[in-house]
Amino acid sequence: MQSENAPATARSRLFSVISSKGPQAHDRHPSSSSGAGGPALPAARTDARKERVVYVDNPGRTNENFEFSGNKVRTSKYTLISFLPRNLFEQFHRVAYIYFLLIVILNQIPQLAVFGRLASLFPLLFVLVVTAIKDGYEDWGRHRSDREENNRLSWVFQNGRFEPKRWKKIEAGEVVKIFQDESIPCDIVLLGTSDANGVAYVQTINLDGETNLKTRYARQESASKHPGLAPITGKVVCEPPNRNIYDFVAYLEIDDTQAPLGPNNIILRGCVLKNTAWIVGVVVYAGKETKAMLNSSGAQSKRSRLEQHMNKETLWLSFFLLIICIAGGVGMGKWVHDHDSDLNNFPYYKKRDTADKKFMYYGPFGEGVFAFLSFIIMFQIMIPISLYISMELVRLGQSYFMVRDVEMFHAPSNSRLQCRALNINEDLGQVKYIFSDKTGTLTENKMEFHSASIGGVDYSNVLAAKISGTSDSSDGMQVEGSHLKSGVRLDPNLLELLQTEVTSSEATFVHRYMLVLAACNTVVPTRHSGSLQYQAESPDEQALVFAASAYGYTLLDRTTSTIVLDVLGEQKSYKIVGIHEFDSVRKRMSIVVECPDNTYKLLVKGADTASGSGSLADGHLQAGVLFATQRHLDFYSTQGLRTLVVAFKDLGQPEFEEWHEKYKRASTALVDRVKLLREAASLIERNLALLGATAIEDRLQDGVPETISSLRNSGIKVWVLTGDKQETAISIGFSCALLTPDMEKVIVNANTKELCVEKLKSAIREHGITETKDKQLALIIDGNSLVHALSPDVEELLFDLAVACRIVICCRVAPLQKAGIVSLMKRRTKDMTLAIGDGANDVSMIQTADVGIGLSGQEGRQAVMASDFALGQFRFLKRLLLVHGHWNYQRLAYMVLYNFYRNAVFVMMLFWYILHTAFSAQTALFDWNLMFYSLIYTSVPTIVVGILDKDLSHKTLLGLPPLYGVGQRNESYNSVLFWATMLDTLWQSLVLFYVPFFTFQGTTIDIWGMGCLWAAAVVVLVNLHLAMDVLHWTWITHAAIWGSIVVSFACFFVLDALTDKGFIAHYRVMFHMASTAVFWLNILLVIVVALLPRFCAKVLMQKFWPSDLHIARELELKNRAAISEFVKSSAPSPRMVELDDVPYSDKESKEDE
Amino acid sequence: MSNDAASSSAGASAKPSRKPKYSKFTQQELPACKPLLTPGWVIAILMLVGAIFIPIGAIALLASNSVVEIVEQYETSCLPANITTKEARIRYIQDDTTEKSCPMTLTVPKKMNNPVYVYYQLDHYYQNHRRYVKSRSDKQLLDGASTSNSDLDSCKPLKQFNNTPIIPCGLIAWSLFNDTYLFSRQNSAPIPVNKRGISWKSDRDHKFGSTVFPSNFPNNLNRNESSSAFIGGAALNVSQPLSEAEDLIVWMRSAALPTFRKLWGKIETDLQAGEIISVNITNVYNTYEFGGKKKLVLSTASWLGGKNNFLGIAYLTVGVLCIFLAIVFFLIHYKTPRPLGDTSYLSWNRKGNVNGLS
Repeated sequence: MQSENAPATARSRLFSVISSKGPQAHDRHPSSSSGAGGPALPAARTDARKERVVYVDNPGRTNENFEFSGNKVRTSKYTLISFLPRNLFEQFHRVAYIYFLLIVILNQIPQLAVFGRLASLFPLLFVLVVTAIKDGYEDWGRHRSDREENNRLSWVFQNGRFEPKRWKKIEAGEVVKIFQDESIPCDIVLLGTSDANGVAYVQTINLDGETNLKTRYARQESASKHPGLAPITGKVVCEPPNRNIYDFVAYLEIDDTQAPLGPNNIILRGCVLKNTAWIVGVVVYAGKETKAMLNSSGAQSKRSRLEQHMNKETLWLSFFLLIICIAGGVGMGKWVHDHDSDLNNFPYYKKRDTADKKFMYYGPFGEGVFAFLSFIIMFQIMIPISLYISMELVRLGQSYFMVRDVEMFHAPSNSRLQCRALNINEDLGQVKYIFSDKTGTLTENKMEFHSASIGGVDYSNVLAAKISGTSDSSDGMQVEGSHLKSGVRLDPNLLELLQTEVTSSEATFVHRYMLVLAACNTVVPTRHSGSLQYQAESPDEQALVFAASAYGYTLLDRTTSTIVLDVLGEQKSYKIVGIHEFDSVRKRMSIVVECPDNTYKLLVKGADTASGSGSLADGHLQAGVLFATQRHLDFYSTQGLRTLVVAFKDLGQPEFEEWHEKYKRASTALVDRVKLLREAASLIERNLALLGATAIEDRLQDGVPETISSLRNSGIKVWVLTGDKQETAISIGFSCALLTPDMEKVIVNANTKELCVEKLKSAIREHGITETKDKQLALIIDGNSLVHALSPDVEELLFDLAVACRIVICCRVAPLQKAGIVSLMKRRTKDMTLAIGDGANDVSMIQTADVGIGLSGQEGRQAVMASDFALGQFRFLKRLLLVHGHWNYQRLAYMVLYNFYRNAVFVMMLFWYILHTAFSAQTALFDWNLMFYSLIYTSVPTIVVGILDKDLSHKTLLGLPPLYGVGQRNESYNSVLFWATMLDTLWQSLVLFYVPFFTFQGTTIDIWGMGCLWAAAVVVLVNLHLAMDVLHWTWITHAAIWGSIVVSFACFFVLDALTDKGFIAHYRVMFHMASTAVFWLNILLVIVVALLPRFCAKVLMQKFWPSDLHIARELELKNRAAISEFVKSSAPSPRMVELDDVPYSDKESKEDE
Repeated sequence: MSNDAASSSAGASAKPSRKPKYSKFTQQELPACKPLLTPGWVIAILMLVGAIFIPIGAIALLASNSVVEIVEQYETSCLPANITTKEARIRYIQDDTTEKSCPMTLTVPKKMNNPVYVYYQLDHYYQNHRRYVKSRSDKQLLDGASTSNSDLDSCKPLKQFNNTPIIPCGLIAWSLFNDTYLFSRQNSAPIPVNKRGISWKSDRDHKFGSTVFPSNFPNNLNRNESSSAFIGGAALNVSQPLSEAEDLIVWMRSAALPTFRKLWGKIETDLQAGEIISVNITNVYNTYEFGGKKKLVLSTASWLGGKNNFLGIAYLTVGVLCIFLAIVFFLIHYKTPRPLGDTSYLSWNRKGNVNGLS
């Protein structure tokens, strides 16, 4: 900061802003201000003033004034007693159930009782019981794991020694001892460890999924004074519990001295102690206040686009329901009114009873109202409540298949697809915009040291091809002995230079450069059976340490206070005086060390630039170095390499003293520590001597170019949001097929708002705001411009321009800007947005987008935790969207329409009957058939088809990416289809009702017999309707559809064979009906007449307006022989290639949508 | 979970592989039939439907035509000529003192083979009205007097009379049809009508108790003893158990539609063509309140039931329509063939407006 104000500004402009790969890798550091820890972070800061005081080894006093939570955890929701009321309460939070309940209550009113009491309760009870069983089962599992967890033992200091104690009894303030490989019971501040330096290693996989070991330190002040060694009195003053697992602000007060505590001094519940014999610590947060428990809330639920559309149609259905109920009510009122004086003498009405009192008669108006309410009960299933349950089941099934797709399994990281959100599966089929992070998403985030620029000389000649045994495993490369043999590319000149004596200025540069690489980092060497392993929090650091080691500067050991290096065979120890960790404001990390020769040195490493604002005494040389380094940096960037700048400074005594004082104060501060530390850093991080730059290669993941070009062909617009510099971003853009040479690039770089507006406007003037076929545009915009472009009055310009472009690359964007861009698109278009990323800095973007996808990559699990779906590799996105997304969308879209039809056709059939019963709410169908209709008779096939139907094979879908446009254009579920379906429904219901009506009018048919016919006809009809639309008949589909019909008929017969009170009215009716030919002839006639229009419409549509999907299906049929061959040999067949290539060979020029 | 299976293959790595187990099911590659409505199939399906429907229609029409039916509407013609207003008709029908027998003659148009079914047909009679359908107690019909009071609640408004439960209770039983018909040939030889076996056996055996006898039945009272409002229809023989009261059993099977027939009896002799049959109707059932018609129907039956051309005509029409559609689709396909899987129809390959007729 101050360095920017210093006179050297002009020169520092050269290294002006930032490159960012450092920042992304480091963003989850506690000092970062970019919201890495999620929403809880700001809250934690403001609450910092409310301190929590924990007295060491004095739980009584600790808990005296405050009710700190005990360590008993309860993840279960219910107890035996609370289960029933609480579960019911939660279930009735759903509007659907309230609707059910109201209907049931209405039905209990004698005037309205349309159904028998039991029958009317059945649907609600069924749903409640099924859900309760599911919830109860899940909760039982949680109970068991809670019990197990709560009864684990840890050693707690009591009565003068460590004794085992159950976890649930542990309280804040107690001192616990934990041995190697044991789990940590609660959040504890380290007091001492078996290591003399107070180092402990923990595995945090349960917490954040990262597999590498983390180092934690005990303060030196307490390391020798913990129970068991010496009595300790002291207190820990810390912030109130919060969910940020990467931050902890506190201080430890022992014997009137204060020692600062940070995230490195606390071990969180859920971690496992590794490589450390034992640790002793004081409990600060226990039970539900631990960070792990605070973080255990589930993912938030999103609602899919389809479901939102569906709600609109559900409103229409409610409207229809209202209309027919009002029609029925008015009809009843009018009928009663017309016959009012005679009603008592109608043998079938008789409004007065034997005592001459009115019997259930309330005049025309009252009767109308009661009839209206009765109709609502009777026609309740017009609103397809069961659809919501079916949809959940279908999505569950779809997830089952997505998760188990072997094609989306990533062996190296051993990860499958994870479905974290269960209710937006179908959104995957409608994505229009993809916002992608770059590092770790498009690239592997496995860093390899590529080139070095030292003192203005570029060392990027490669000595040998990579030595084998390179970075296969993500958690550290093997170092044999203490010397490293890894896949670092070595430059012979550089190697030679290092072997020579430190005399030339060149050699001085080189040695200092290597020292910075080896020492200025947070990498921790650990030894595993003799071999050295590096535990690094960012892959960049790891790569640099490997590189230094390869050149002879091997990091051997690191504690809180010292760094031990093997410098060309000689062990040297550096004392650490202070560390300024990386933060995204300074964009650099620096470390102050006391060298073996008792001088103080500042070692700095940072994003391009900020490091390099200094000057050496030898200004002349420095200027040349600066210039040359900048040239190298530019060159590296164009190759898509990630660059860091390395700098160095000798600290004079006065400068050191001043800084040291400030640093000590800052690091024990409880409030605003980050700010104070930053101020301390700014004291010394200026006038630095530039040593050179590093270039790290981050290779593209497998299949990225193919995936991106497929996604582009499928009509998805891909936006890459990266922290990289523009040159790097563009070069990556080319290498991953995002940019093609024939594209016209629109580049917007503007530092002021006016300039930004001007640039956007001129671009729009030049290219228009609609996408044109003949020219593909790519917009490249940088973070500075975005600051202005995202302001409310300019964003429209940005939006217009961006929509016209096929590709947008945003470079040098900050994490929050990523979310800003996504939310801009989300606000302004109705199109579906998808964000994919792997790091903590992508979290906000992932949460903002309609669909958030996390890559379970190198950068921890934050992105995965925030995502709706988690993938192993970027390339799986193609299959996830083009295949599974498409299927999910097609399946669910059809299922929704079908369910609307299924219920409406039934209700309409009942309604036509009302017109022939003098508007009385009488149905011909047996109560039980009414209730079973949507629950048993017709539910299974729609769910099975919703899960298993396949319009096209995955090969076709992957071969013809433009087929994905079907979902983007809402072709399978839209208002037109809804109304067409309703029209079809109307026709089918009329056929259903009137064919039997005309057959049986004026015959001896009784009401229940007629009901049997209608029930049988409607069940067969809706099942055959489904059968007609099924595209993919597996044996399961056959079993479901034909089985459903068989089961329904079995039910009819069983219900009519029961002689119980509730069933006697129906006794033997079905047997009588089924023995007549008319019954079966009616069903046949109903089905053919009802389905004929739909059949013809389908044929005509396919003939004259064939959909893309239909043509593709024909292609599949044509190539069936080839496909079956293909499946057998599971090798690409020439004919399939033909299928892949022909249809869209010339798509680039013709694509119009 | 496929962990167990996968772990064996994990080998080198310590963690079990989470690789999903391959199966045709989990990979959604189960063998499947993928029907596609190609022109050939469409035409074949339509032809097939036509081929099935036309013969069925023809047979159904034949069956319907083979039924001989005599329908005689009598609710107006059986009234004395001077009674025209609704009120007068009601007064007439409710007056027990008036003689209401009504002689009529029917001509047999074609030979009617036995059994000849005798039906009465009513219309505008909402036997399917909610109030009416509910107004019965199946429990009481089977168990009689032992039925609990709450089981009789459904019988309201005719649950009890003079504070004693009515057996059989409810509107349906109370409104039992009571016109009677006496048939005789021209030579005044009576034609016997068999009133046994006109109801379902399952009803007689399982729904109507053989030990339940009518009691406190309002229709059994003399009109003088009770308000005329509570004489609804036929009286019941108090010494006949309900399971043998077949007219009641038939009547209590509520009709599905407001125009319905009920079986009244069977004539078990052939009636010759041209034969004139005299029938003496006792016209006592009150349909004048709601203006319903009453018809006497004599009909033979076919395998399809009574006389109804609807099914036959419908089948024929649909069959012919399907054949017609098959021809139309054939012509369309012949005139404007579209090759299977023509990729030029794909939306991204279409140039300008292609409506499929090119």
